[in-house]
Amino acid sequence: MDKLLTHSPILIIAIPLLVAFLTPLIGRASGKARNVLVVASLAFVEFLVIILARDIYLNGIHVYALGAASPNLAIPEHFMVPVRIILEIDAMSIFMAIIAATVALAAVIYSLSFMKQETGQTRFYTLLMLLVVGMFGMVFTGDLFNMFVFLEIASIAGAALVAFRTRFADAAEGGFKYIVISAAGALMVLFAVGLLYAQYNVLNIGALANAMQFSMLDKIALALLIIVFAMKLGAIPLHMWVPDTYAVAPAGVSAILVVSSQASMYALFRVCFTLYGATLNMYTVGWIVIILGMVSMFVGVTMAIPQTDIKRLMAFHAVSQSGYMLLGVGVGLAVLGDPHALATYGREAMSGGIFHIINHAMYKGLLFLTAGALFYRVGHRDLNRMGGLGHKMKITSIFFIIGALSIAGIPPFNGFASKFMIYESVYQFNPILAVIAMLVSLITLASFAKAFQAAFTGPQLPEYKDVKEAPKSMLIGMGILAAAIVFFSICPGLIVHHIVEPATDALINQGAYVSGIMGGTP
Amino acid sequence: MIESPSGFWGPVVWIITAVVALLIAYFIRSRGEKAHKKGVQSETFLMANPSLPEGKAHVRAHNIYWGFFEGLRKYYDPTITAHTGIVNDYIIWFIGVIAIVMIILFVSGGI
Amino acid sequence: MIGGIPFNGPFVAVAVLVGIAFYIMVSKRNMIKLVMGLSVLASGVNLFLVTLGYREGGVAPIYTNAPAGIMVLPVPQALTLTSIVIAVAVLALMLSMIVHIYRHTGSTDSEKSRIMKG
Repeated sequence: MDKLLTHSPILIIAIPLLVAFLTPLIGRASGKARNVLVVASLAFVEFLVIILARDIYLNGIHVYALGAASPNLAIPEHFMVPVRIILEIDAMSIFMAIIAATVALAAVIYSLSFMKQETGQTRFYTLLMLLVVGMFGMVFTGDLFNMFVFLEIASIAGAALVAFRTRFADAAEGGFKYIVISAAGALMVLFAVGLLYAQYNVLNIGALANAMQFSMLDKIALALLIIVFAMKLGAIPLHMWVPDTYAVAPAGVSAILVVSSQASMYALFRVCFTLYGATLNMYTVGWIVIILGMVSMFVGVTMAIPQTDIKRLMAFHAVSQSGYMLLGVGVGLAVLGDPHALATYGREAMSGGIFHIINHAMYKGLLFLTAGALFYRVGHRDLNRMGGLGHKMKITSIFFIIGALSIAGIPPFNGFASKFMIYESVYQFNPILAVIAMLVSLITLASFAKAFQAAFTGPQLPEYKDVKEAPKSMLIGMGILAAAIVFFSICPGLIVHHIVEPATDALINQGAYVSGIMGGTP
Repeated sequence: MIESPSGFWGPVVWIITAVVALLIAYFIRSRGEKAHKKGVQSETFLMANPSLPEGKAHVRAHNIYWGFFEGLRKYYDPTITAHTGIVNDYIIWFIGVIAIVMIILFVSGGI
Repeated sequence: MIGGIPFNGPFVAVAVLVGIAFYIMVSKRNMIKLVMGLSVLASGVNLFLVTLGYREGGVAPIYTNAPAGIMVLPVPQALTLTSIVIAVAVLALMLSMIVHIYRHTGSTDSEKSRIMKG
């Protein structure tokens, strides 16, 4: 058990990778064995993530050096800087890993019956495992170039999954847009990594943070890194790929892509808080993040109102909710240099933004899965042609109601809890921001009322007389996420105190991250 | 329970309050008209028009929030035109925003 | 801070390559040309990585029978190899998606073949 715990960081990345390459082999023999293998491996990864999370909350940062004599040996003897690829997991990383593991498990169980009629299912599960590897790698790594590699792995697997159902014309277009945007962005990340390496001769994030002086080339690298990660998470005005991509992907993949975008948000925060940290002009960069967040919130939700494709509507909402997370953490970044403001409202704003990440993954994942259930039974995504589906698909409509009330921030659901924290603290920073955020929440409720009315309510239409409820495994997948939402709604204080606040403190405390690698030497 | 400087949010208290309110509403409803039987009384009277045939009575999605959309036309027209769907425009936005952020960082911090 | 790099030629070449690549990606509507532009961008960034490792008068970083003198940095060369391999995979994926788009819509123009907008 102890050995499992020490090696769990690399196991969490290696087991899905191994299963990704075993899946074609076992898939040749039997489809059922492949399904069992995939679900079992993701369940085991979830177990590993939970025991690692418990250890991190008790004992602090977990460092794993690949290939060293002992996993904690970050800096070998007679060396001044770390030389190996090092996975450094602090509370914020394991927070993202918990989200990724849960949503991936729910989405894979859902896809077992969603993709049942498709050919090439073996390749689907292989690519899904590779996407999961990419997400975990991006949040666990402590090395900047390694982050580029895992970013590319996640982008390539994600784009291939988006374009998977090649019989649809728009699927190939969505996948093409995603891979062009990701490739251009990732090359710019590589350029920025090259700039940083050229000056400081290290690639490790902790060692770079130690050596960083905010010179002109560092500013260019910061601009490139911030904008590329903002583009990957879907901030306006770089968000145009999000509706095209999320709408055409298979529903389980849409749910996992949401978490993949949030892994890019994690990378943005890692760069701003830990890599640059105390050296940069926090007020300016904080306001850049806040402006990105505010514009995302407003334009995202107003563009969602006229949409008639249900998944495109939900994709615009994903853009809008990312704005909330950027707003909360941006306020925290802007006041990072001011200890009094940080203690009064900065920390709470950041906690609100980070709590919103896990809430958003749960309810947006659930909403995408319900939209996929509608598509599976009805055959199209057009809200203009749907109507009265709530008569036959009762459980799906209950899950949709839970997700829609959560995203609109209606009490008692968890969306309200995180929005409450964001409103209260951002109001003390600047009242206008909080007022616009509340207005956006109102319009969110309006557009989901539109979607619910158009799809579920109304008299039973004659063309949908023999629509049945969604299949069992899809209901189980949706049920996992709905149970998580209900659990977070009933005890938000528990989640905030035990999971979110350690993540906030890990982001604010750059010194702990650096001394995890450099061994406490200043 | 989440604390904040101006109050707290405790979902358990909220749920108990909501359940009590719903119980009161149910109690008031159960004291209502006892003679009404479901399905026996006539259909509700809707604006003196005959009820529409099947499939035509449902309000479709592009008609909902028509007033909101028309009222904000001046905001929506440029925004919807900006979402062109052409990949080259995505790259233009990317380079443009990088340039703006670089200029902001240089100006605020000094070169 | 970048000590020992003798002349600016390769860096100017990197700037020219990245500039040409972004010009192609922005102005050419044919999707295959856009992918070519991305390939030129990848070449520019790889050239940048290899160039930043060069030290004046340096020799290849191989220890066997090494002549005397300083060696160029080996780490950027490893980064470049990784990036080239990733670019190959991305290029293959993009071209296969263009083939599918052409089969469905009959055109490789990014404006004429788009289905989703607004």
